[in-house]
Amino acid sequence: MISRILQGLGNSVTKRIFRLGFAARFFVAIFMQSGTAFRRLHLTLREVYFTGVLSLIIILVSGLFVGMVLGLQGYDTLQRYGSTEALGILVALSLVRELGPVVAALLFASRAGSAITAEIGLMKATEQLSAMEMMAVNPIARVVAPRFWGGVVSMPLLAALFSAMGVLGGYLVGVQLIGVDEGSFWSQMQSSVDFQKDILNGVIKSFVFGIVISWVAVFEGYDADPTAEGVSRATTRTVVTSSLAILAADFILTAFMFTGA
Amino acid sequence: MSQEPLVRIRDLNFAYDTRTILSGINITIPRGKVVAIMGSSGCGKTTTLRLIGGQLKPTSGVVKVGGQVVHEMDGKQLYALRRRMGMLFQFGALFTDMSVYDNIAFQMREHTDLTEPMIRDLVLMKLHAVGLRGAHNLMPAELSGGMARRVALARAIALDPMLIMYDEPFAGLDPISLSIVGELIRKLNDALGASSIVVTHDVQESLKIVDYVYFVSEGKVVAEGTAEEIKNSKTSYVHQFVWGEADGPVPFHYPSPRAYGEQLMDNLIRRA
Repeated sequence: MISRILQGLGNSVTKRIFRLGFAARFFVAIFMQSGTAFRRLHLTLREVYFTGVLSLIIILVSGLFVGMVLGLQGYDTLQRYGSTEALGILVALSLVRELGPVVAALLFASRAGSAITAEIGLMKATEQLSAMEMMAVNPIARVVAPRFWGGVVSMPLLAALFSAMGVLGGYLVGVQLIGVDEGSFWSQMQSSVDFQKDILNGVIKSFVFGIVISWVAVFEGYDADPTAEGVSRATTRTVVTSSLAILAADFILTAFMFTGA
Repeated sequence: MSQEPLVRIRDLNFAYDTRTILSGINITIPRGKVVAIMGSSGCGKTTTLRLIGGQLKPTSGVVKVGGQVVHEMDGKQLYALRRRMGMLFQFGALFTDMSVYDNIAFQMREHTDLTEPMIRDLVLMKLHAVGLRGAHNLMPAELSGGMARRVALARAIALDPMLIMYDEPFAGLDPISLSIVGELIRKLNDALGASSIVVTHDVQESLKIVDYVYFVSEGKVVAEGTAEEIKNSKTSYVHQFVWGEADGPVPFHYPSPRAYGEQLMDNLIRRA
């Protein structure tokens, strides 16, 4: 009985390590086969449209509401200390450093990551990837790499737009609705938000999240069992794995970027 | 033209882990001929095609195409060989995000420096050959099963291959489409001077068009011959297959590790 449990455990661990190794090799293969994605830029731009432009609505609307909530919550807290004029700083720093990259990445993983996985998984299930191989066209170069780079390019742009909409939401609630002084809202924000320390670090974060999500999404699609159930599982795994990876990566990046400052 | 056969398979063995799929297969595909590989589902026909195309590596034995051993080729050589092959997949495998036109133009754009007007002429010519010139603007989702198969056929011959492989080209087609696809396979093979391998279990349709037949059962070639020889064969396996008889050497039941009687007895004991 115990030996069976140990055997099962060993099998499971071995499989996971093997899969992780395959994912790492796949990541290297994407870089090695990225020539086509750059040489024929329209392939990558098409993916930027599908993953980026088509995600705009959810990103912009979410950003606006997150900013509005920040405005309300921030005002409520700050007025206890008589410093409501600092609302602009609170909204901007929260968004640019943390909420913008992280929430936009979580939304991107759900909206675009799952779509990439489903598309590649279905291409595998319907033998389109096999057909491509039989036509002497490498599917990693033609299908995977453009989707990967499309996601990597889209993510920082979406995070920036999310933050911008969030600031607008904070302004609408804080200044227009509650009546915080408009001058101090903008001027304090301008004087306190540092380009390199805050904005650039936020961009780096979203770039890293873009790599993580795109890698997970293309890998799960490529490695999906070629059945309806397999594609469905792969899509779920993309959302779960990339969400957890985003949060873990966020902690590590924040620890390096903002501690001891 | 060289008399060396285009494809030569010798003592081919293949297994997925411990499950043996092919054991000791010997098949020869002469140039310019249409050869069928027949057998019941799961007997290893599609695996044979994948081994010829280099998508799988044999456990032992040799697959030679054009005199070259396929599994010894590196990536570049294999891709160079595949450019001279066409393959029609069981369900077409058309690229669903591309129109019929773009599906057929795909390989031309990937592998040649042809200008767009020239590609257009070639694509329309290929579509004309399969009777679908007027459907070039349609998307794969707008095609019927028979039309999709014909588009896939046009795509398979896009670069005038020396070898065309068909994986179950007749599966799921109505009688008219079936007959059209069958005729196309023969005509295109002869017009292009290519060689064709048709993997199928549709005996009646394929015997009308092929030059030679191999019967595969449980991973082994159990019979071979011309269409006429196969029709008149007295071999029990071939007879059962050709005439679709329920009784014969091909078992209806999937082999069970334990006898049915033993299982029933176990169930009775468990209930008691």
